[in-house]
Amino acid sequence: MLTIGDKQFKSRLLLGTGKYPSLDIQKEAVAVSESEILTFAVRRMNIYEPSQPNFLAKLDVDRFHLLPNTAGAKTAEEAVRIAKLAKASGLCDMIKVEVIGCEKTLLPDPVETLRATEMLLEEGFIVLPYTSDDVILAKRLEELGAHAVMPGASPIGSGQGIINPLNLSLIVEQANVPIIVDAGIGSPADVVQAMELGADAILLNTAVSGAKDPVKMAHAMKMATKAGRLGYEAGRISKKRYATASSPMEGMSIG
Amino acid sequence: MQLRINGDVVNVPQTVTSISDLIQYFKIDNPVVIVEHNHTILEKDDHAKATITDGDTIELVQFVGGG
Repeated sequence: MLTIGDKQFKSRLLLGTGKYPSLDIQKEAVAVSESEILTFAVRRMNIYEPSQPNFLAKLDVDRFHLLPNTAGAKTAEEAVRIAKLAKASGLCDMIKVEVIGCEKTLLPDPVETLRATEMLLEEGFIVLPYTSDDVILAKRLEELGAHAVMPGASPIGSGQGIINPLNLSLIVEQANVPIIVDAGIGSPADVVQAMELGADAILLNTAVSGAKDPVKMAHAMKMATKAGRLGYEAGRISKKRYATASSPMEGMSIG
Repeated sequence: MQLRINGDVVNVPQTVTSISDLIQYFKIDNPVVIVEHNHTILEKDDHAKATITDGDTIELVQFVGGG
């Protein structure tokens, strides 16, 4: 079980809701993924087209835990405002802190992320900061009281997979709160790698929504999350320089 | 009555007196409408009580797909 704050989850795969080819495909992908936590963003309504389809319309929101993000925020204060707007919906008390420091790389601003996390914890939110793979920053976020820490595998939407497995394993090793690898996942192999390194969960969006067949990829990501976790729990063998025979050397009928 | 809604200057009839009226006036049927009225975020239950007057600043936000 994955425990975040006072909530427990069977699924270790969190799914974003952006950029699906259609709301129907999104709905099917979400169902196949068996994700229990969905992320989304907070944006101004278009008051002149109020009936444009909304992603919530197709989903039974009572069946999911909603994890709004603070995307669009460049400062801690902006992140807190977005978080409060999301909470006013009465549908969620978790918040993904996302304070971007660079438009080109979409890498998180470490100082503002830390400040926003502190401010939102004081406001009583369940806080899950999206952060870089900096080992010390992850520790500092945990020390503040973050309920989970979400290091990026690589830049958002890049599909580059885990570019610093050493840092990720160090973050996992030192953590006492769930580590959720967020952003940059490209393929099921990346998910397996992250889970085998000991990550507690995966958050991805574009890897599924941008796949040729998002529903099939959602299925693959679900299985990869489970396979990686099982492999981590089972404990892989150590790597050796030379071969070790699997079959016994005694009793051979030749020679 | 002139309001600033989501950054735009918008004219609405005088019959629109509360936030609830405003949501109905624009025929907004989203499952989630979150309102910030003169920089104060409102709980859903307060939409009917919140009276609007000329010159008010209102933000109407929603949840959209995102990662």
